Amino acid sequence: MNIVKLSAAALVASVAFAGAAAARDQVQIAGSSTVLPYAKIVAETFSETFPDFKAPVVESGGTGGGLKSFCSGVGEGTIDIANASRAIKADELAACKAAGVADVQEVKIGYDGIVFATDASNGDMKIEPKDLYTALAAEVVVDGKLVANPYKNWSEINPTLPNGPIAAYIPGSKHGTREVFEEKIMAEGCKEAGAPEVIKAAITDAKQAAAKCVAVRKDGAAVDIDGDYTETLARIAANKTGLGVFGLAFYENNKDKLKVATVSEVVPTTETIANGEYPVSRPLFFYVKKAHLGVIPGLKEYVEFFLSDDMVGPDSPLAEYGLVAAPEDQREAARAAFEAGTTM
Amino acid sequence: MTDAITPAAIPASAAPPRRDIGIKRRYAAERRFRAYGIAAISFGLLFLFLLLWSVVSKGYTAFQQTTITIPVEFSEQIIDPDNERQTDPRKLMTANYPNVARNALAKVLGVSTDDRAALREVNGLISDSIRTQLRDMVIANPAIIGTTQTVSLLAHGNVDSIFKGQVDLTVGEQNRRISDRQVGWMNELSASGALAKQFNAGIFVNGASSRPEAAGVGVALIGSFYMMLIVLVLALPIGVAASIYLEEFAPKNRFTDLIEVNINNLAAVPSIVYGLLGLAVFINFMGLPRSASLVGGLVLTLMTLPTIIIATRAALKAVPPSIRAAALGLGASKMQTIFHHVLPLAMPGILTGTIIGLAHALGETAPLLLIGMVAFVANYPTTPLDPSTALPVQIYMWANEAERAFVERTSGAIIILLLFLLVMNVGAILLRRRFERRW
Repeated sequence: MNIVKLSAAALVASVAFAGAAAARDQVQIAGSSTVLPYAKIVAETFSETFPDFKAPVVESGGTGGGLKSFCSGVGEGTIDIANASRAIKADELAACKAAGVADVQEVKIGYDGIVFATDASNGDMKIEPKDLYTALAAEVVVDGKLVANPYKNWSEINPTLPNGPIAAYIPGSKHGTREVFEEKIMAEGCKEAGAPEVIKAAITDAKQAAAKCVAVRKDGAAVDIDGDYTETLARIAANKTGLGVFGLAFYENNKDKLKVATVSEVVPTTETIANGEYPVSRPLFFYVKKAHLGVIPGLKEYVEFFLSDDMVGPDSPLAEYGLVAAPEDQREAARAAFEAGTTM
Repeated sequence: MTDAITPAAIPASAAPPRRDIGIKRRYAAERRFRAYGIAAISFGLLFLFLLLWSVVSKGYTAFQQTTITIPVEFSEQIIDPDNERQTDPRKLMTANYPNVARNALAKVLGVSTDDRAALREVNGLISDSIRTQLRDMVIANPAIIGTTQTVSLLAHGNVDSIFKGQVDLTVGEQNRRISDRQVGWMNELSASGALAKQFNAGIFVNGASSRPEAAGVGVALIGSFYMMLIVLVLALPIGVAASIYLEEFAPKNRFTDLIEVNINNLAAVPSIVYGLLGLAVFINFMGLPRSASLVGGLVLTLMTLPTIIIATRAALKAVPPSIRAAALGLGASKMQTIFHHVLPLAMPGILTGTIIGLAHALGETAPLLLIGMVAFVANYPTTPLDPSTALPVQIYMWANEAERAFVERTSGAIIILLLFLLVMNVGAILLRRRFERRW
């Protein structure tokens, strides 16, 4: 019993003194699961290139969760960097400032393409936002009236689409990807289908009308995936005719199992996304707490290393993984803005 | 009972006819019940077998790793062209080791060092982790600069997946990460014996890595070990002390009833709630570091306490009152009765409860999410205050990776976790045997 008592006492003592003793010597990062693989590659290469610094700790937990813990305050107990697959929202920034995180530096690292893919055994699939909207919206316009989505088969919507039941696995609302999907596919398709006029006639409130446009059907044809892309991949392996939404990097790593669909006749590649031809893409960011620069060892070096062309350039490990590099002038601007200490 | 015997009117005189006491029906009911029992157990065994089969069949390959064993020339030209290593020791840390390995492989494959496109593809065969492998060799023994050594280089994760037959090579070249030319080189190297599978010690000792071939559960094992230790030394004494007091000393009144109800409730609280509590109390209020296994251990202690208290109270209750009466009758004090007689007899039950609680805590990820332990941690934690992860967290993180080579590693890590649990349970059984008393 003595050993047990002793070690218990030692533990209690270490708990009591830990607060004073801990001086953090590694960078702490949290946020988007889309940015996570990139941050991991940079963190690992960073610790190999700068042996004096420990490898940064990268947590996953989603853009919203990351920004929330980023904005919880300043100090060693809070994270230094929040990864985000979308820009920070005004109310999030306000919450940050209210909690004392006055200076936040925004860093854009590149672009991510969102691709639509089916099982590799399928034929080519060509997607138009309008068709996808018609297939997946909760209510569509038929004969000038808004009715619950009646379509069951892809080919009912457009004869060029495969003849199979409509099934789509789309990211759940906790993912930043969902927002891009709604904005670039549902809202766009809604417009092309001429639905806004009909919706406006029925609903006067502009906000509600916009929400109607991006509302997804709930009868089982569109399935929200709250997990990661691996779950979507498993769903597609089980339902070969299903259509899944993936990040470009994930697709690039699983090309032998997936068949990618063209959107508006454009094949998603790093080139078509970089030059803006492929419509469904989004910028990726991370946010740095300026108050921690110079306090947390390695933070400044990590950000500079991340922004170097060795990491985010067109010929870098991140690009090889699937990041779409930003054009040269944007990369240059990002570096200059970080050096200058521009805050939001 | 539906088949209760209906009392029939039996004539008092005359030889009584054979009473129908439903003996056949009762035997049949017993047989049916046994059949149900066997069916239930077979059902369970079937699913256990399916689970183990799916994990082991996918995961056993993770314990072997493909390496390329070739002569590597530690060229001074590449490592230290200006001969600065005497004056600047950092030179050896930052030298271009990937090129050393790439040139060595290119030489074996007969690729010209001017053919940049081919060199890129050669580079795709070897892991980026050889940078640290070769660097550590040179730092340990700078004299090897300028010599040629035979080195086992870690192959790239894509090469590993193909070599293990996990990638369908019949799909078009543009649909996989390894080109036809690279596959040709792999066949060449494999025929000469340079490309071969070796036992993968890395999966046990390496930290997390973005490169599947170099990723391991080392950090997670240490983190899980720290947390189990913390849970054990905190939860066991506190839990046992609390239950002894509640069971033997506390007066039975409304207040202690309330405490009992609350403990039972706490045992059923979703574990993520403990994570929220840990974030608020240990990190935000007490200022303990994020992602540290100390905080994880404290959170899991809170989570395990109710389980241990409930099991310990049940074990104390199960000790026959005659033991207590005998001890008290011989003049032992209440303290002596409990610590000399009751507690040792209750020990097997307490240990079982503790091990169940620990096993539960070992497999928990949800409360760790909020305290920052679901994270990419590459450096070993030297103290419980350093960032670390836990085994189930590593499994979860690998399951979400895009690269094919992580699929086998996910199952490999599950096997390691199951072995960890097996060791704990065997330990519990051995301890129980030692303390077991029958009366």
